[in-house]
Amino acid sequence: MNHSTSTAGIVSGRLNANALVENFDDLHAPLSKHEALVASDRCYFCHDAPCMTACPTSIDIPLFIRQISTGTAEASAKTIFSQNILGGMCARVCPTETLCEEVCVREVSEGKPVEIGRLQRFATDRLMSQNIHPFVRANNTDKKIAIIGSGPAGLACAHKLATYGHDVTIFEARKKGGGLNEFGIATYKSINDFAQKELDWLLSIGGIKVEYDKAIGKDISLSQVQSDYDAVFIGMGLSGVNALRCEGENMANVDDAVTFISDLRQTENLSEVQVGRNIVVIGGGMTAVDAAVQSKLLGAQNVSLVYRRGKENMSASVYEQELATSKGVRIIYNAQPLKVLVNGSGLDVEFGYTETINGKLEQTGEKFNINADQVFKAIGQNLSGASEILTLSGGKIQIDENGCTSVPNVWAGGDCATGGDDLTVTAVAEGRDAAININTMLLS
Amino acid sequence: MADLTSNFVGIKSPNPFWLASAPPTDKEYNVRRAFEAGWGGVVWKTLGSEGPPVVNVNGPRYGVVHGADRRVLGLNNIELITDRDLYKNLDEIKRVKIDYPDRAIIVSLMVPCEEEAWKAILPLVEETGADGIELNFGCPHGMAERGMGAAVGQVPEYIEMVTRWCKQYYSKPVIVKLTPNITDVRQPAAAAQAGGADAVSLINTINSIISVDLDVMAPNPTIDGKGTHGGYCGPAVKPIAMNMVAEIARDPETSGLPISGIGGITNWRDAAEYMVLGCGNVQVCTAAMTYGFKIIEEMISGLSQWMDEKGHTSIDDFVGRAVPNVTDWQYLNLNYVSKASINQDDCINCGRCYAACEDTSHQAIAMTKDREFSVIDSECVACNLCVEVCPVENCITMVQQEPGMVDARTNKVVEKEHGDWTTHPNNPSVFAAE
Repeated sequence: MNHSTSTAGIVSGRLNANALVENFDDLHAPLSKHEALVASDRCYFCHDAPCMTACPTSIDIPLFIRQISTGTAEASAKTIFSQNILGGMCARVCPTETLCEEVCVREVSEGKPVEIGRLQRFATDRLMSQNIHPFVRANNTDKKIAIIGSGPAGLACAHKLATYGHDVTIFEARKKGGGLNEFGIATYKSINDFAQKELDWLLSIGGIKVEYDKAIGKDISLSQVQSDYDAVFIGMGLSGVNALRCEGENMANVDDAVTFISDLRQTENLSEVQVGRNIVVIGGGMTAVDAAVQSKLLGAQNVSLVYRRGKENMSASVYEQELATSKGVRIIYNAQPLKVLVNGSGLDVEFGYTETINGKLEQTGEKFNINADQVFKAIGQNLSGASEILTLSGGKIQIDENGCTSVPNVWAGGDCATGGDDLTVTAVAEGRDAAININTMLLS
Repeated sequence: MADLTSNFVGIKSPNPFWLASAPPTDKEYNVRRAFEAGWGGVVWKTLGSEGPPVVNVNGPRYGVVHGADRRVLGLNNIELITDRDLYKNLDEIKRVKIDYPDRAIIVSLMVPCEEEAWKAILPLVEETGADGIELNFGCPHGMAERGMGAAVGQVPEYIEMVTRWCKQYYSKPVIVKLTPNITDVRQPAAAAQAGGADAVSLINTINSIISVDLDVMAPNPTIDGKGTHGGYCGPAVKPIAMNMVAEIARDPETSGLPISGIGGITNWRDAAEYMVLGCGNVQVCTAAMTYGFKIIEEMISGLSQWMDEKGHTSIDDFVGRAVPNVTDWQYLNLNYVSKASINQDDCINCGRCYAACEDTSHQAIAMTKDREFSVIDSECVACNLCVEVCPVENCITMVQQEPGMVDARTNKVVEKEHGDWTTHPNNPSVFAAE
């Protein structure tokens, strides 16, 4: 049966297969060689470059761009990977508009930065497509390290430790590795199974074993792992989803945005993914934007993204907000969900307008309803399943500047730890730095 | 992994990239920064005789030819040799060499053309522990007016004489730096060789007026309403310098004389080009003055990558490899025929090839009403202009006509055998020799 954007209820196939493929293609097409040369020519090779400082993994951006401009994209990729082994994924998913490109001197002076993200993708794609792994594992040290979680933090940590010659075992709760790179990123940002290809490429350093279906606290215990290994790194992410804390949120079709995004990433056939005619997404971060935009790309007729504070407070960047509106998402600021009600075969979400008075969010008393077939919750995730022997702070595993937790020989990093900020690139930096510290401790 | 270690006339450095004698190597502070950044060696900015040092102007010293995005294409300077005290320089050289024994430090010298002057300074340099000296016979401005620099470099007899004094009073390698402001660079090179030089380095800067201030009606840089010619360097001079290098490398009299290549070297590729033309190492200045010392990282990574790709394990594997293929025009094969070919899939229909060929060349490109451009083989002389003006790399290529094919322009069968001007029937000397 043929469905359209206006078909009532929650159905699949609102758009034809070709339109779906087009909608979920690369958000930014890769640069051609000529485009990359022209783009690289705009880099001024700044001294003590602001872009490099803005990058959480401190990639030497002027150098890698210069290496592209002199025809050595492979050397360029090595410059990138030496700081950030997931430089390929970061080139795709980093909000460069709020990191390196925001502080590019050409952004500041002309409003048009050097296209750092796309250039990074050009270089990393070049090396990875030749299946070249640019690092060599040092001689085996006979040290064994366990890593909990194969997301960006765990993988960055594992790779660095493997280069030192240590033996690494990653325990992954799911059937597939990659963490948020595999399950949490909009489909059009990582096409052609890139996360799995990157994972395989990363593991080709050798010395890393991944055990799937092994969840901490369920299949394995932290204390067991602690006694079996010389060191443990926890990069388990945030697997719990925050509640709306409003009436009716447990009703059918009030779903977690992360589940919707993950199912979409794992589907073999976009024509089989169901989406409502009317969608309400509640939240203000990248997850909210990714869910809203992808609902629209699947053919939902009306998608409303509702955020309780103002535009400037939204953690999704202005660029991401504009991407959403350009795809037809309606963003409503300063409104908070009050309750979810049944309305015929669908739902109604009642919202109250808010205002910030003396820094405090208050209801104005004015209310409105939005009709929805599906409601996606995207107001953040929380730590779930962490061992009680770890000290927490603000709901996350407390770590010091070296990534050390309160428990001896246990390190943590990424979103599950206190330094995490929901960015792939920050998780990579923390995993890498924890590995450096683990290596120092093991060899001291 | 490629080994970039360099051994130039017995002077070892971890890579073949030296900083040329110039402002970046004027003092200890800069040279230490250069070594920390990874440079293989430096040629310390030219020292003069003992006594009150030279003075520099107090107005602007540099002028630049910019590209549209302020890219530095060519640099002009009127700075003189070091304006710091001789002994201060010597002390600093000694200190830096002790701290960086694996790097090359060469001392550039320019003293009057008198034996006593050289005899006086050389023992002082010897004592610093530096690895060698470079004779500045090239600076075209200021010092040349005082009978030094290019004024010496333009007289082969002086070059030979001074080089001989240096070999007599100094035990380590002597490199003679040549000026390009002459007619035939092979003569000063041969003179240096005759004097016993271990190597030559080239080019020094080219006499230049970079631009003219049309309001002040004076050359730039303008100092109190007047300007003077300076020395031109940077990417713009590279083709001129490479020709001079190749002339020395392939001349029977000077071939085998070690060469240190200088002139607009900005990245690994520039360096590789100089080296395959016969340079044992290269010296860099303008690129460092434009971007800072950090550019050495790209030079090292780029040259390593290229060497690995080509299977070169050491720099000796490729130094001079292109020299046998640099020849005189008269030996080029006139029986080699090619034609331009436009790939319609890559063509963006700009028409630059058509304009160039139609207006300034051989009317060998056809244009249809719907802007399709194609080569007319019967008119194409294979001049390559269309290839070079096309904005799309590899859209227009030169296709060799195989022997046995008929050249549509000449209606002659393409011959398999080599045939050049020395045997061509139109060459009057072919018959004169009979």
